[in-house]
Amino acid sequence: MVKDNDVLLSVSRLKVKFNHHLILKGISLRVKKYDTLAIIGPNGAGKSVLFRALLGLIPYEGKVNWSPHIKIGYVPQKVFVAKDIPLTVAEFLGFKTKDSREILAVLTQVGFEGNNPRLLTTRLGVLSGGEFQRVLIAFALLGDPQVLLFDEPTSGIDVSGEETVYHLIHKLQKQKQLTIIFISHELEIVYKYANKVLCLNKQAICFGPPRKVIDKQNLEQLYGEDIHFYHHHTNSHEH
Amino acid sequence: MNTNLLILIATGALVGAASGFLGSFMVLKRMSLVGDALSHVALPGMAIALTFGINPMLGALVALTFAIIGIWYLGEKSEVYPEALVGIFFTASLAIGVLITPEPELFEALFGNIENIGFSDSLITIAAAILIFFVTRRISQKLLLSVVSEDLAKSTGIKMFPINLIYLLLVGLVVALGVKFVGTLLTGALVIVPAAAAKNLAQSIKGFHLLAASIGILSTIIGILVSQLLAIPAGPAVVLVSIAFFVTSYALKSP
Repeated sequence: MVKDNDVLLSVSRLKVKFNHHLILKGISLRVKKYDTLAIIGPNGAGKSVLFRALLGLIPYEGKVNWSPHIKIGYVPQKVFVAKDIPLTVAEFLGFKTKDSREILAVLTQVGFEGNNPRLLTTRLGVLSGGEFQRVLIAFALLGDPQVLLFDEPTSGIDVSGEETVYHLIHKLQKQKQLTIIFISHELEIVYKYANKVLCLNKQAICFGPPRKVIDKQNLEQLYGEDIHFYHHHTNSHEH
Repeated sequence: MNTNLLILIATGALVGAASGFLGSFMVLKRMSLVGDALSHVALPGMAIALTFGINPMLGALVALTFAIIGIWYLGEKSEVYPEALVGIFFTASLAIGVLITPEPELFEALFGNIENIGFSDSLITIAAAILIFFVTRRISQKLLLSVVSEDLAKSTGIKMFPINLIYLLLVGLVVALGVKFVGTLLTGALVIVPAAAAKNLAQSIKGFHLLAASIGILSTIIGILVSQLLAIPAGPAVVLVSIAFFVTSYALKSP
């Protein structure tokens, strides 16, 4: 039950099974308005599965309650677009709205300068990784969502691009008063942008403000003995 | 040119347009071979219809509908797409179809015979083609978004389950229309080849649909005319013309 008006999402005892394999169990969390929640965990921890359950794309047990009439924007992780698919940026965004002014507005918001007439008629398949990611974010922004779900926003983009995508998300959050939930495997990004973190490895290992809940013990439990991530973080912190 | 031939060409053009248009989605969904295999299922249906003296198009449609519900069910319900199973099922229907089709009609059922297309067939075809265009336009955006990402489509509230079924049923309908013209063995080509040719040249979805439908129209018109001139069966002529379009489009394809 969502009681608090500021709570946009409350999840309790979420459990996901695929063919009798337990993928997620006992996940409980709350996301409030304007929160930035990061979900971290090793490969195969069920991060994307959690997203898909939150979006109602797969069957689950337990409770996922979004506040009523909420609009959710979703940026999936793996979108494979064949190079030769004859679908233009304008046509793709047109699946969500026929309002061309709105399309131009979101494209500007995601960092495409307003006067690039060729972008709209460019095929999705020939965009660079970073450009395509921005178009996906633009797609998610259409229809003015209150919440954005990003599945590993940086995957597939080079390091210089990484910074800009997170920077962009952060900027959008301020501009549009968004609540953000993102999946990441980079602790630095989590410390920099998230006010809450869920450490996930089939079950919740920690949940709370990153500086409070991310400690050596939790990270060991999360990533096994490989605490490379932890050192990485402390090193970068000393600078 | 007599009126009959004109009606025939007009009907053929409509089948070509509908096949090309629907085929453009089939190619994007990477289901081209399903379209081809599907056409083989038409044969036992036609055979049974012929035995009972019913319009073979109707028999084909009924058999296709069953096959499509099967494909759709397997696609939606099972984790792995059982490609081999679909292949086995379709070749089995072809083999059974060949055995049970009355001998005199077998060649016609396999390769089509436009001489035997009656006025009522034309009327059915026109009505069905209009239905295909109307319904496909209604579901096209949802289908296309699901081609980009099924999750993205579902996350915007689209129920893919019924959309996929409606789409496949339309494919069955267009295949049933095609069997009279080009026969069960080649009707799959009418769905795939014009769309594949169009994909080589199209720079947008709108252009892709238009081009696929146009190449479908041109292939059937030119194919029927050539078959009349050279006194050869129309089916192979239509398919070969469409393949000529494909080869040309491939040569013109921008790198």
